[in-house]
Amino acid sequence: MRKIVHAAVAAGLALVLGAAPALAQQKVKIGFITTLSGPQGVIGETMKNSVELALDHLGRKIGGLEAEVIYGDDQAKPDVGKQVADEMIKKHNVDFVAGIIWSNVMMAVSPTVTGAGKIMVGTNAGPSPLAGEQCHELHVNVSWQNDQTPEAMGKYMTDSGVNDVYVMAPNYQAGKDMVTGFKRYFKGRIVDEVYTKFGQTDYQAEISQLRAKNPKAVFVFYPGGMGIQFLKQYDQAGLRGKIPLYSVYTVDEISLPAVGEAALGQWETRFWSPDLKNPANEKYVADYRKKFGKWPVFYGAQSYDGIMLIDSAVRAVKGNLKDAKAVVRAMRQANFNSVRGKFTFNNNNHPIQNFYLLRVEKDASGEPVMKIQKTVFENHKDAYHQDCKLKW
Amino acid sequence: MTGLLFEQALNGLQLGVTLFLMAAGLTLVFGIMNLVNLAHGSLYMVGAYLWVAFAKLTGSYVAGVLLALAGTLVVGVVVELIALRTLYERDHLDQVLATFGLILFFNELVAMIWGRSALYAGLPAWLSGHVELGELRYPVYRLVIIAVGLAVAALLWWVVVRTRLGMLIRAGASNRTMVAALGVNIRLLYTIVFGFGAALAGLAGIMAGPIYSVQPGMGELILIQVFVVIVIGGIGSIRGALAGAVIVGMVDTMGRAFLKPLLATVWSPVVADTAGPALASMLIYVLMAAVLALRPEGLFPARA
Repeated sequence: MRKIVHAAVAAGLALVLGAAPALAQQKVKIGFITTLSGPQGVIGETMKNSVELALDHLGRKIGGLEAEVIYGDDQAKPDVGKQVADEMIKKHNVDFVAGIIWSNVMMAVSPTVTGAGKIMVGTNAGPSPLAGEQCHELHVNVSWQNDQTPEAMGKYMTDSGVNDVYVMAPNYQAGKDMVTGFKRYFKGRIVDEVYTKFGQTDYQAEISQLRAKNPKAVFVFYPGGMGIQFLKQYDQAGLRGKIPLYSVYTVDEISLPAVGEAALGQWETRFWSPDLKNPANEKYVADYRKKFGKWPVFYGAQSYDGIMLIDSAVRAVKGNLKDAKAVVRAMRQANFNSVRGKFTFNNNNHPIQNFYLLRVEKDASGEPVMKIQKTVFENHKDAYHQDCKLKW
Repeated sequence: MTGLLFEQALNGLQLGVTLFLMAAGLTLVFGIMNLVNLAHGSLYMVGAYLWVAFAKLTGSYVAGVLLALAGTLVVGVVVELIALRTLYERDHLDQVLATFGLILFFNELVAMIWGRSALYAGLPAWLSGHVELGELRYPVYRLVIIAVGLAVAALLWWVVVRTRLGMLIRAGASNRTMVAALGVNIRLLYTIVFGFGAALAGLAGIMAGPIYSVQPGMGELILIQVFVVIVIGGIGSIRGALAGAVIVGMVDTMGRAFLKPLLATVWSPVVADTAGPALASMLIYVLMAAVLALRPEGLFPARA
């Protein structure tokens, strides 16, 4: 009996405590989950920096309301990400959960968030199931679907008549996805397809095999540290300048300072670049460099857009966040100044947007930077939206 | 084909000597001090970071290497004096926990000092070219790694077999209690062994810097392979570490290079595409399991 009384008192107390902030719902709470520790913490840092910059630009308010962003570290692990999301929802009672770098973490976090009736705003990972069959009305992706970027590279290489391509990627889900996306648009011959161990540090054996096959071009997907290692070793093997290298998510503003000139001449495709010409992007890049002393990276640009998107939706619904679906409907208008320029949302809440060809070149000061060469896709849709049953 | 085979053998040897530099220190520490040191990879990372810092400071590659070697030795000695000394009497689980803590400590320390981004670590011009040997083009730097690794192996052999310090090390590996009973300052011996083990790990890190990515957590990526090496070679034995390292380097490289085409001759290309990379990355662990089953004490056990 005593136990029951205790439980009842505790429950009552929790209700009162839980109800208190709800009464004062003049505050927007966002739980931002990314990887802030370990070797991949560098990516999370650029995202967090960009969120802070977005808040600065908004006068530390979201949709004109007082704002609070709570950061969480998923340690690049799905189970930890889910736990952090649970805590955000139950303990902090957030209105939005945003962020998430890794596709496997996203697959664990998104159902937790949408299942609790909260809005998930993905600012990097775009796994195919969440764009297709498992799409959800409360899941909004403000970056891209995984396959889109390699599709753009496949398209460009086909259009420019590149043939006899040697394909390399790490042996895990995203590696296979990238190659699938690439092959969806690349119509030429593929000499060989090689999958290496995830997290591998030495590629000399694979590079020797590659040279023996004498391909005309190489396409790779090596994100993070793997890319730095692969590019340095490709350069040291004397292949840079001999066999052109095309890649996705391998060279970015994080890895460029570490790779240096070994990346010169590298081709990449992307939906955004620091040199993209529009007022929102110019402001973002200039202020980011001023505040943090580094170049911003696409991970950050997406996160900046994520906060701006939330801001636009909160403004549109006049701060009434009770009806989550109405908030998403407002988000789907994409009525804000995105750093990528104008874009729209597809039925699966994933962007329909342009993709550009980038190349690493020296800037005026001799520093290697990525520069846009041309537009590969205009208003490109992902390949999975037909499998999504959502109607708007 | 023979040219390619030779090139892959060079690659295997190069991976092998890098692993050997790490394994030599680890196996000595384990064999003599009976200490499981998971933080050995951290010393590898410290070596790489110190090299980048000193090379930038002095503007010279060679000066950077020498200062970084000395620096890693000092870091190793300090770690031994402060942290590891208290662990010798504890059981292995405590050692694993404490040295795992050291990994976290070093990774965060490095991130605090140098930031989380990978650092630029280039090579001087005289090391960055490649040699042409017939149809073969091989990076000069990789040949330098092979030469340095083999030279260190020879030097270690000389120290262990021909010097008084080496005699004590061998004695310590066989019977620590007896060595202590004979009046040898075993604590000092431990500190020396750990310091030099650290310097060897640092050397491996310094040489890895220009080809790998210098970033927090880089040591853990190589550590697992190093443990495989010392298990195969026999714990506590330098000879075993060298043999194990070269075997692991060769098996891993050859597996990555030739397993898939080999499987494709037997099975369909689709099966080979899926099974090849998976099997290639398992190969050294299969080898380790086989060695453990047939010779649990390793191929060249330290003499009991």
